[in-house]
Amino acid sequence: MTTETFRYDDAIVRKFLIATIFWGVVGMLVGLVIASQLADWRLNLGLPWLTFSRLRPLHTNAVIFAFVGNCMFMGIYYSTQRLLKARMVSDLLSNLNFWGWQLIIVAAAVTLPLGYTVSKEYAELEWPIDIAITVVWVIFALNFFGTLLVRRERHLYVAIWFYIASIVTVALLHIVNSLAVPVSFLKSYSIYSGVQDALVQWWYGHNAVAFFLTTPILGLMYYFVPKAAGRPVYSYRLSIVHFWALVFLYIWAGPHHLLYTALPDWLQILGMTFSLMLIAPSWGGMINGLLTLRGVWDRVRTDPVLKFFVAAITFYGMATFEGPMLAIRSVNALSHYTDWTIGHVHSGALGWNGFMAFAIIYWLIPKLWGRPMAYPGLVNTHFWLGTVGIVLYVVAMWAAGITQGLMWRAFDDQGFLLYPNFMETVTRLIPMYYVRALGGLLYLSGMVLLAVNAWVTIRAGAPLPDQQASAPSLRGLAPPPAAGIQRWLEARPMHFALWALIAVAIGGLVQLLPMLFVKSNVPPIATVHPYTPLELEGRDLYVREGCYVCHSQMIRPFRAETERYGEYSKAGEFVYDHPFQFGSRRIGPDLHRVGGKYPDIWHYRHMEDPRATSPGSIMPPYGWLLANRLDTSNTAAKLRAMRTLGVPYTAQEVDGAVDALRAQAGQIAQRLAEAGVKDAQDKEIVALVAYLQRLGTDIKAKPVATAGEVRR
Amino acid sequence: MGLDVLFVLIPASLLLALLALALFVWAIRSGQFDDLVTPAIRILYDDDTEPDDGRAVPPEIQSGQAPRR
Repeated sequence: MTTETFRYDDAIVRKFLIATIFWGVVGMLVGLVIASQLADWRLNLGLPWLTFSRLRPLHTNAVIFAFVGNCMFMGIYYSTQRLLKARMVSDLLSNLNFWGWQLIIVAAAVTLPLGYTVSKEYAELEWPIDIAITVVWVIFALNFFGTLLVRRERHLYVAIWFYIASIVTVALLHIVNSLAVPVSFLKSYSIYSGVQDALVQWWYGHNAVAFFLTTPILGLMYYFVPKAAGRPVYSYRLSIVHFWALVFLYIWAGPHHLLYTALPDWLQILGMTFSLMLIAPSWGGMINGLLTLRGVWDRVRTDPVLKFFVAAITFYGMATFEGPMLAIRSVNALSHYTDWTIGHVHSGALGWNGFMAFAIIYWLIPKLWGRPMAYPGLVNTHFWLGTVGIVLYVVAMWAAGITQGLMWRAFDDQGFLLYPNFMETVTRLIPMYYVRALGGLLYLSGMVLLAVNAWVTIRAGAPLPDQQASAPSLRGLAPPPAAGIQRWLEARPMHFALWALIAVAIGGLVQLLPMLFVKSNVPPIATVHPYTPLELEGRDLYVREGCYVCHSQMIRPFRAETERYGEYSKAGEFVYDHPFQFGSRRIGPDLHRVGGKYPDIWHYRHMEDPRATSPGSIMPPYGWLLANRLDTSNTAAKLRAMRTLGVPYTAQEVDGAVDALRAQAGQIAQRLAEAGVKDAQDKEIVALVAYLQRLGTDIKAKPVATAGEVRR
Repeated sequence: MGLDVLFVLIPASLLLALLALALFVWAIRSGQFDDLVTPAIRILYDDDTEPDDGRAVPPEIQSGQAPRR
């Protein structure tokens, strides 16, 4: 048993730290831009790459994967090496992890504004980038688990368990949710459709919150808070208990994103129940984190790093209480599709993720560069700017969400909708959008202060060399004695984990592949049939422009919704929707029954200038749809891809796709010409109109409204 | 319409849970939970051969205060 001297790789931590700061500024800046666009629609600038609907996914991807992602890597690389008393097993893998991740982010930043999107939230990136994410994640996993193998500390500190859970689960979630059939290099269709796609998406989506935004950061909390406070974790036993409870419970919470939608009731209740149970392990983490500071509360007054940690953990507690409350069906009936959800997200994102990142960065920079922050007072300023920013943001969103939710469901004493015009429920929120933008501006200002402070500190001189440490090697030591199979497993914990992973993968594949070829055993609604080629192209334009960001397509079985939108949405109507477009937010009205409600010319004018048809609208114009020629070079390939996924197009329909498209386009162009619009038939707008006019009409055949007529 | 994906999601989630259970059992059997006091304190020491601020041991620990269980 020899004592070995080695050096930790701190260069990789510095790289991730700088990337975290850079992408934090970028991601929050995009957030401020889109917040401002909601307050004042003119900030969309009439450009396709800057519409709110294309920028929102850029914001979410940047803050989740670029900001929190790099922060996660920064913290994991720093803490894992020290917890295992081993340098990362491969500097090459570390650097591939880093550069690969940054390349993925750049690819996202380029493709998303250009409209290359799968339109599944936090999973918008098209299939080549998804593959790159998988590759980089495997590199990270190999690096991490390889370091576990060569560790000099037998005991796996609780933070390591959080990291293991995150790495394994994120891999599974990403792969399953991203499965798609490619049509071209940057276009694919989700293998799932309709309600099924919604379920997979939110099984992924909520577990992205759980295992990307929560568990790795809890792991970081268990390392960095004790280190910063100089105090051990309040109860190590509690940390073990709440970790395992969290891991077992989180996977099932996904359906709380689909309450009162066409998802089966039993699934909704499962999601609601597990979400409620999650309060316990989440608050276990909060209590443990906060009480770690017992004995040093006086230092919280003077040390801004500890201030950030305390506030972060408190916001974590708030968000993990609010979340389960929002997962209760009766509460969700009010909150779903409103800004309350956005408020909830941001108390967690800004409060927990942001503040944890800031605390760790402010603590790490002196450790890695060997000098204190250049402007220590600015750290405190950052704290207050951030905190006030969060409060303004969240309170504005609570007000906006509850206001809009109540307005949607308000009836007068005659039994009619009190606010039948959707517009009223939007314009009422504009002042709150200004307050929210102000909150975001303050928060971004704090982030900028951090960036400046870090820049000056880092540039003042060279970083410290890789930290040297020494510890006895575990090689040659026999593991603790145990009987039979247990001894075999213990001696090879990594083999065991590897085989388990392979088993999960094989099990998953074996169940997945048949699904691709076996037709559904539940017949869809008889009158529901696939989209025509033109409508399919129109749907892809809807996806490209990100219409789902503001418009939902899922009418809930409430009288307030059926009065406003029409018959509530049935699961069978969505069987051919690859991917689903239920939406999560109604900044504009639900569109599931918009088919036939307005004449074609209305939609034309609405895209050209939303205020021409809807005074007071905050929707940006989509004028390029009127000018762009529709690209039909992939139409047949798209139908072929859909056929692979089980959509019943015939071979003739595939071969004749472009002809059918042109014929249908001609009819719409004819109607537009009668209303004064010439030469529209080869334009993108015609495809979009075809799609919109189709929405929700399959369950009741209705002729299209004539020009001048608006259907109730 | 199919929620056929449940045939994947539920077994996948159960397999994940079983994997977690297996790792948990491994952890117990290999003694990971035999000592739940020392690890919390151990991480506070850096075992650095070149202490970066002249002090490898946090002052609260140096003063001899015992941590709460």
